[in-house]
Amino acid sequence: MKITRLFTLLLLSGLTAMACSTSSNDDDAPMTPIDENAQFSTSDQMGRPAINTVFVSADNKNSFNTTLPSEQSAAFSSAFLAKLNALTADKYTTNALGQDAATFTGLLATDVLNVSLNGTTTFFDGQNVLTGRALADDVISVELLLIFGGPAGDGMQEDGTDFSALTDDNVDSNDKEFLSTFPYLASPW
Amino acid sequence: MKFKKLTYSLLSLLAVGSLIVFAADHIDAPAVSGTNVDITDYYAFQSPENNDNLVFVANTQGLLSPSATGDANFNSNTMIQFNIDNSGDNIEDLVIQVIFADGKAYAYGPVQPSLTGLTSGVEFDAVNQISVDITPYGSEANIASENGMKLFAGPRDDPFFMDFAQYNEIIAGNASGFNNPGDDTFAGTNVMSVVVEVPKSALGSSSTINTWVSSKTRIN
Repeated sequence: MKITRLFTLLLLSGLTAMACSTSSNDDDAPMTPIDENAQFSTSDQMGRPAINTVFVSADNKNSFNTTLPSEQSAAFSSAFLAKLNALTADKYTTNALGQDAATFTGLLATDVLNVSLNGTTTFFDGQNVLTGRALADDVISVELLLIFGGPAGDGMQEDGTDFSALTDDNVDSNDKEFLSTFPYLASPW
Repeated sequence: MKFKKLTYSLLSLLAVGSLIVFAADHIDAPAVSGTNVDITDYYAFQSPENNDNLVFVANTQGLLSPSATGDANFNSNTMIQFNIDNSGDNIEDLVIQVIFADGKAYAYGPVQPSLTGLTSGVEFDAVNQISVDITPYGSEANIASENGMKLFAGPRDDPFFMDFAQYNEIIAGNASGFNNPGDDTFAGTNVMSVVVEVPKSALGSSSTINTWVSSKTRIN
């Protein structure tokens, strides 16, 4: 037992020593700046903006960040539905996309960004919906509109409740111009 | 003028500091809040420079003041992984992995991962790999470009904008709606960004992908 363990340790340390040798970025050799056997485990993840922030309760925020997207719908759909009804005081019927509460929250519970590879990429631009997320997209106002906008997207709910003060945060653009060339994000303040 | 704006930004940060600051994904969960694995935002869009390319942006470590940005860095125990599902099952078929060591960022992929799920090794054998010097605060952006791929890592202005302070007031029951005009809580703040541009042809043949970004912490 002990001998086996010692052997394993020696083998591992040998592998580590080998893996520690680094190679530069040339076209022939792979770049191995860290141990070849290094393993990493998920701490945080996101797809669409603000989903964890808005729809996940405080005690589930960590677990939402480490639940695989393929398993999020089963784990979180019912909680998202309850959260939507709480946020809207049970006034939500459908949004401007015609989604009822279960359809809307079922979509959001799987927190991935849907991205088109053959057309406009935008969260919402008046025509295209959920085909990507560009830097200038006013994603918060889109989400507020889908949550609080009601069937017509004007804030009026079916029973006459007026949520129009909640459909737009009235911050429509970034505080710096984006670049037209890579890396596109503006230089830091 | 600039100083006034900065002071105001800092004051508004202090003002919302008593609440828990959650927005986009900024500081979204207790386990990662304030650490350099905290993802603030994720973007994926067609390259403004080339319709045949797609750009992935992962931002981390939100709400950096200018004075704190010079000390911000990427950790060698962190991996940023861009996950790409091109078969519609929300399981990653391809990944682009970015790790950090000795002042450089190294990107591997798009490549089919050996393992899917929470735990990942580094795909050192990926055909596509590229490295770049991490851009220091105050320097021009270092950009690596190779085999149709581009890579940047370093501080940038936070592209996210929102009146987050007022959102919190509404959620707390202290306000009935947003102000007009609103006040961008993220104005004047920076993030640590990783930007990767790849040919769409490297992402498979589907017309749509599902994508998400993970920050992963070394476990061995």
